[in-house]
Amino acid sequence: MKHINTIVNNGMKKSGNIGCGECQSSCQSACKTSCTVGNQSCRHQDERINTTKKPLL
Amino acid sequence: MVHCFKYNHKGRDYHFLWDVESGSLHNVDKDAYLVAKNRYGVLDGVDLQDFSAMQDNLVAEIDKEFEELEHNGSLNVPAKIMATQKQIGEIKALCLHICHDCNLRCKYCFADEGTYHSKCKEYMSFEVGKKAIDFLIEKSGRRQNLEVDFFGGEPLMNLEVVKKIVEYAREQGKTYGKNFNFTLTTNCLLLNDETIDWLNKEMYNVVLSIDGREEVHDRLRKTANGKGSQALVLKAAKKFAEKREDKSYYVRGTFTAYNLDFVQDILYLRDQGFEQISIEPVVLPDDSPMAIKPEHLPQIAAEYERLAKEYLDSRANGKWFNFFHFMLDLEGGPCIKKRLTGCGAGCEYLAVTPYGDIYPCHQFAGETDYKLGNVLNDDFSLEISKKFATNIVTNKPQCQNCPAKYYCSGGCCANNIHFCGDISTPYSISCEMMKKRFELSLAISAIEATGTK
Repeated sequence: MKHINTIVNNGMKKSGNIGCGECQSSCQSACKTSCTVGNQSCRHQDERINTTKKPLL
Repeated sequence: MVHCFKYNHKGRDYHFLWDVESGSLHNVDKDAYLVAKNRYGVLDGVDLQDFSAMQDNLVAEIDKEFEELEHNGSLNVPAKIMATQKQIGEIKALCLHICHDCNLRCKYCFADEGTYHSKCKEYMSFEVGKKAIDFLIEKSGRRQNLEVDFFGGEPLMNLEVVKKIVEYAREQGKTYGKNFNFTLTTNCLLLNDETIDWLNKEMYNVVLSIDGREEVHDRLRKTANGKGSQALVLKAAKKFAEKREDKSYYVRGTFTAYNLDFVQDILYLRDQGFEQISIEPVVLPDDSPMAIKPEHLPQIAAEYERLAKEYLDSRANGKWFNFFHFMLDLEGGPCIKKRLTGCGAGCEYLAVTPYGDIYPCHQFAGETDYKLGNVLNDDFSLEISKKFATNIVTNKPQCQNCPAKYYCSGGCCANNIHFCGDISTPYSISCEMMKKRFELSLAISAIEATGTK
């Protein structure tokens, strides 16, 4: 495409519809005053974004 | 729904289209941005003038690209996600109010300086803690991963009970096939080498409360005898972070109307060597001089924009850090159910006070209208849970046209009830900040993914 560069395609579909309830409850992670879930990850994914560390150089 | 927005980085305008229902993010040129605004949104001002000047064949060429994306299901996808209510009766997380006492007297504390409005200081006994763990295991159904957060007041003021509860839960976990993840929130004043080592061994995540610059922190986070606490807290928090290595932690601060230049506090914490930072807006009634008010929002939005620029530069140039609200997992993230149901308060997440009373979350502790029962006498009613079970973003009219709806889930239940009187009505000040942070997070994700080409 000439005018469009897709950065993320269908992220919602990739996040899936597992619904197993095994993920961290969001209020436990850091904020305690908001219920953001965007920075949560699925328990079944290898990498949890909440423990994202500095990239290795 | 397609959300069109711009972001300027290092003098260059980036144009983005965010498709809410599919979770697709597209970086487009300026011409495509104008056509998208005409096609999916509202054209006005300079954009309308610029669009009017475009050649018809260019508009048609771009429209064709949009049609292709629509056909592929990554643009203008209609809302299909529906949910009726949350499952109730299965619990996975408890916030244990290990003591209603604190060695700080923070002026903005929602827990009334740690006492939760009670007349006396309350400490959870091991007996109550044990019963809370038994309650959690019993109500956890098929769930294997359970969470217990030690909260206060200041939980390290009752550390011996915390240790006993952890030991007991680990034993019971083996018996019943449950894995416990523990977290603890502390103001750091009682951290010493021995405690740090124990926390590093046992806690999955630790939240260290510090507001940032000394003058900001000390203005509101004073000790019981009225002295500032920042120097002591900073020293202990740095020691903790150094010893924490690759395990999860956050330094977590609060900003108020007194420090609307809160990016200075975030950068201060970064410069002190912390890599996991969360600074949250205070939530207080309008009559408090510290409260965030609608008239503060433009300045707060400008601060978040400044933070985004600093964040990108800093991470690209050797001063890497995470800001809690800029972390988005666009390629994965939580499942649809999680996105719809949010924090799970009142249903899968509950709080237990020092005397064993059960509430929907830590923010409701002491509000007897919201008491669900008590862990000591098997008194537990799901009636209040039913009210929270309908708290799903698709059931909230004001969230339906929000680009951040699957990332915020419709706001904090407690804030919605306390400030809007209704669990389904989001607290507008939080919404505005959330939307701003979300837009910036998308731009940051795109720029970090593609570089600045």
